Amino acid sequence: MASDTQRILARAAREVIPGQIVNLGIGLPTRLFHYLPDEMEVLVHSENGVLGCRPRREGEAPDHDMIDSGGAYITTRPGASVFDSATSFAMIRRSRVDLTFMGAFEVDAAGNLANWKIPGKFSPGIGGAMELAQKVRRLVVLCSHNDKHGNPKILARCRLPLTASGCVSRIITDKAVMDVTPTGLAVVEIAEGLDPADLQAATEAPLHIDESRLGRF
Amino acid sequence: MTLLNQKVFDIEAAVAAIPEGATVMVGGFGSPGTPFALIDALLASGQSGLTLIKNDANEPGIGIGKLIEAGRVKRLVTSHLGLNRTAIEAMNAGRLEVSFHPQGLLAEKIRCAGAGHGGFLTDIGQGTEIAEGRREVEVDGRPWGIEPALHADVALVHAERADRYGNLIYRATASNFNPLMAMAAEQVIAQAYRLDAPGELPIDAIHTPCAFVSRVVQVDRATSEQGVRPHGL
Repeated sequence: MASDTQRILARAAREVIPGQIVNLGIGLPTRLFHYLPDEMEVLVHSENGVLGCRPRREGEAPDHDMIDSGGAYITTRPGASVFDSATSFAMIRRSRVDLTFMGAFEVDAAGNLANWKIPGKFSPGIGGAMELAQKVRRLVVLCSHNDKHGNPKILARCRLPLTASGCVSRIITDKAVMDVTPTGLAVVEIAEGLDPADLQAATEAPLHIDESRLGRF
Repeated sequence: MTLLNQKVFDIEAAVAAIPEGATVMVGGFGSPGTPFALIDALLASGQSGLTLIKNDANEPGIGIGKLIEAGRVKRLVTSHLGLNRTAIEAMNAGRLEVSFHPQGLLAEKIRCAGAGHGGFLTDIGQGTEIAEGRREVEVDGRPWGIEPALHADVALVHAERADRYGNLIYRATASNFNPLMAMAAEQVIAQAYRLDAPGELPIDAIHTPCAFVSRVVQVDRATSEQGVRPHGL
């Protein structure tokens, strides 16, 4: 049986449309790399300065000058290009990246995202997350629905310092797929076998759930 | 003024003139593009009280991680320290002052200095703590944050190829901050794996024209440092 993480990633891969330019955030979203088939015409952007990454295959020798933003040795696919950091972030700020996936510490009903700092505990710096969150056309959050203590990560209002406000389009967790709408979070799909009432109980943000139109994943 | 025909140095001489307490830009994003040999020479040369400007702090025991661990760095201007726990410990213990900038703003602040501008206007970070205390100006009916250019006394950059006038070519993701820093500092010291005679680099493949570069050093390919951390497949 697939793990929660595998289910999130398999569901997330269905968000990618052939022809798109896609950025994969550090952590869980990076693993989405392995769910995009070679023949799919998608260029993966990595903010250290490459458009058109693909994972290195087993046995393929590493090129020490070719990494992605997470530090993994990668290679490129046909149509790829490399460039400096200013160009890479111009691409982001001009919204030429169509879709990005990011992890979250907290995400809320207004589409606010907190994923870079836990004051007093974790503050290694923001990297490229702020610009990606604020400027990429569509931001899909991939995260566990609850933290390791069972506390909700999908909140009415984020409490941690924000990465960007109102930036999230869709949230995919092990329990549900939720869209950020002007009136809050609307559940699009719910995990196979999960009761909508139990989903709401595991979520701090109020959820709009229309059971007649609810998909399963 | 640096004369075109006087730029080739051996590595010790290239870094010897860096003053105590200098502000030094260092190229690289992770290992690719990090001028490891120049950093080692700076470590051996002994300058301290340095302010470093680099995207990240490399990893424990390599690159600028060595300078930080040796107590040579007073302040680090960066975007992320996530791969260097010893730098995070130094920061948390108060031994290292750290200024964080979002990565694209850091790049643009350096690019602005290299372009001879005083700064730029941006909407990145508005409504977050990054923008707290930032001056704003209204242009075309919108508020913009003012981001000043980021200057340095010295830049240490890594190139794949150079010629002895200082023309530089970078390779793959080893480009990153190098071409920006190579324009932004008062003195630009470049290391390259291959040092050619003028005329040997394809003129339309040169990323940094020699006018910006002060000193060129040839270094051996592939220090062992790139293999220290087992990067993921």
